[in-house]
Amino acid sequence: MLSLEETHEIDEAIRIVPYKKAACIEALKVVQEHRRWISDESLREVADYLQMSAEELDSVATFYNMIHRKPVGRHVILLCDSISCWVMGYENIRAAVMERLGIQYGQTTEDNRFTLLPNPCLGTCNHAPALMIDNDLYRDVTPAMLGDILDKYS
Amino acid sequence: MERPLTEHIRKDLRPLTLKEYEQVGGYLSVRKALKDMAPKDIQSVVKDSNLRGRGGAGFLTGLKWSFVPMDSSIDTKYLIVNADEMEPGTFKDRLLLESAPHQLIEGMIVSAYGIQANISFVFLRWAYKEAANNIRFAIQEAYDAGYLGHNILGSGFNLEMHLHTGVGRYICGEETALLNSLEGKRATPRAKPPFPQVSGLFGKPTIVNNVETLSCIPHIVNKGADWFQKLSLTNDAGTKLFGVSGKVRTPGLWELPMGITMRELLEEHAGGMQDGLKFRGALPGGASTDFLVEQHLDVKMDYVSIAAAGSRLGTGTMIVLDDKTSVVGFVRNLMHFFAQESCGFCTPCREGIPWIEKILTSLEAGKGEGHDLNLLDFHTKYLGPGNTFCALAPGAMEPLQSALRYFRKDFEQYIAEELPHTTDPLPVKRNRLITDISKF
Ligand SMILES: Cc1cc2nc3c(=O)[nH]c(=O)nc-3n(C[C@H](O)[C@H](O)[C@H](O)COP(=O)(O)O)c2cc1C
Ligand code: SF4
Ligand code: FES
Repeated sequence: MLSLEETHEIDEAIRIVPYKKAACIEALKVVQEHRRWISDESLREVADYLQMSAEELDSVATFYNMIHRKPVGRHVILLCDSISCWVMGYENIRAAVMERLGIQYGQTTEDNRFTLLPNPCLGTCNHAPALMIDNDLYRDVTPAMLGDILDKYS
Repeated sequence: MERPLTEHIRKDLRPLTLKEYEQVGGYLSVRKALKDMAPKDIQSVVKDSNLRGRGGAGFLTGLKWSFVPMDSSIDTKYLIVNADEMEPGTFKDRLLLESAPHQLIEGMIVSAYGIQANISFVFLRWAYKEAANNIRFAIQEAYDAGYLGHNILGSGFNLEMHLHTGVGRYICGEETALLNSLEGKRATPRAKPPFPQVSGLFGKPTIVNNVETLSCIPHIVNKGADWFQKLSLTNDAGTKLFGVSGKVRTPGLWELPMGITMRELLEEHAGGMQDGLKFRGALPGGASTDFLVEQHLDVKMDYVSIAAAGSRLGTGTMIVLDDKTSVVGFVRNLMHFFAQESCGFCTPCREGIPWIEKILTSLEAGKGEGHDLNLLDFHTKYLGPGNTFCALAPGAMEPLQSALRYFRKDFEQYIAEELPHTTDPLPVKRNRLITDISKF
């Protein structure tokens, strides 16, 4: 069941739009913020609340990159794989992260600490290569910096 | 040299509070507009200023606004700022969003007044977390100071403003896809007409403009159309945020007069190439613009001159290709992005770009075949303007077609053995395809 906090936040989003369904992306974001990912059950709960079908909501949820329809770890690493970061050698960062954590793209470490995902341009191309962990942006990243960066997340 | 957009941005990039912003003349244009100007006066100064949209297409802002019905019986109109910046190599709106949120909000209020919109949205890319915080804070300050809400400054003009943070897809930046996303749908583009100015968000008249475009508006209203025109070295008015990324000495972002040359940008501002590297080419305005090469270094960076040189000013953020970086790898990386971000709505784009990516990947792996380059040429035509539902696919073809033109040898060297082939890449199916496309 949606928590009181969740329904309260979803109601805020509904207030801005002419009909409930139009707030569905906001609602998915709210629930993902609380639960880290959108399970089938979460999906049905949100759909019921917005009086739309779960199928329709799923078509929206699966369209967008940042709605997770599979479980993710406690922290999500988003590694920029777009052009300026490629020119500046992001592939070395990718190799170093994968080796350190022992995971490939789309995988989560066994201790559930990190999920690694590739991500398009993070909009900081003059400081390539770049990556984000949760809400934090790291720029001008070198493989040598990775140990200290990852240590901040438990 | 005047730099109206970035003049008040602090060295440490912390945004000004509303009080600080007012002390340097902030929100004067709102006072001026609401007290002394009619909506049509705002529209005409913007039209006269010759301001062109900074989101990539360079459409004249005044002209765009002129299609909004001004009939007073319309109960709701929307103004949306497109802050979904996600084109690879583009990092200009981030600065204005993080470090000058009040300038944007001021521009939105005056623009909304100009078209008599009563609801406004900031459609912000999810990844811009700091921008989200700063804008949320600034919107609240503007409400508290009476610049937003009901009966603004006693003028009778009302405006709501909301921040919407997206959930990630490049196509959300396409303005009609953005509208679908704001309505809680999959972000596929809409057919035009009807144009958003007439029937946009929730079927109401809607204007979508880029962050940099709307950030220019307060200055145009305060200082006039002539002043704005004179900021530029050429006929395309204003200053522009120009960026450079890639292997130059000092990659960065600068506000400069429209019409500086590529050479000035590269050498004086970006410090020239890193030691030991030579300039081979650059995408002048983001991932979906055609390569320009050494012979173009003296081209002026404005919409008309760059178009005459065979590319587009786009977003004004340049990505540099050096002589030690693989051209095929460079283009393959771009195609991977476009293949992944295609919304999948129309077939040529959904099927064609992944096909291109596969060809380039196999070329790089040394598995190229004789007709591969013809196949690539073929795609640049059949995914070009007019053959797909929106501008994503034609945009994707720009770096590819120009790379094939300027750097063809780089592609050819990957084809170990020239297999016998006809000049026709699809000897059997081609006729059918052409008919299909002309019907489409
Ligand atoms: C695939 C695609 C992505 C786009 N992304 C953006 C974007 O992130 N920001 C933006 O301002 N315009 C983007 N545009 C351009 C918009 O469709 C639209 O032209 C622009 O927001 C209009 O604002 P302007 O007239 O102020 O430039 C994109 C266009 C396409 C086809
Ligand atoms: S061109 Fe690509 S992005 Fe545009 S509508 Fe077609 S499939 Fe979608
Ligand atoms: S390409 Fe990586 S931040 Fe833009």
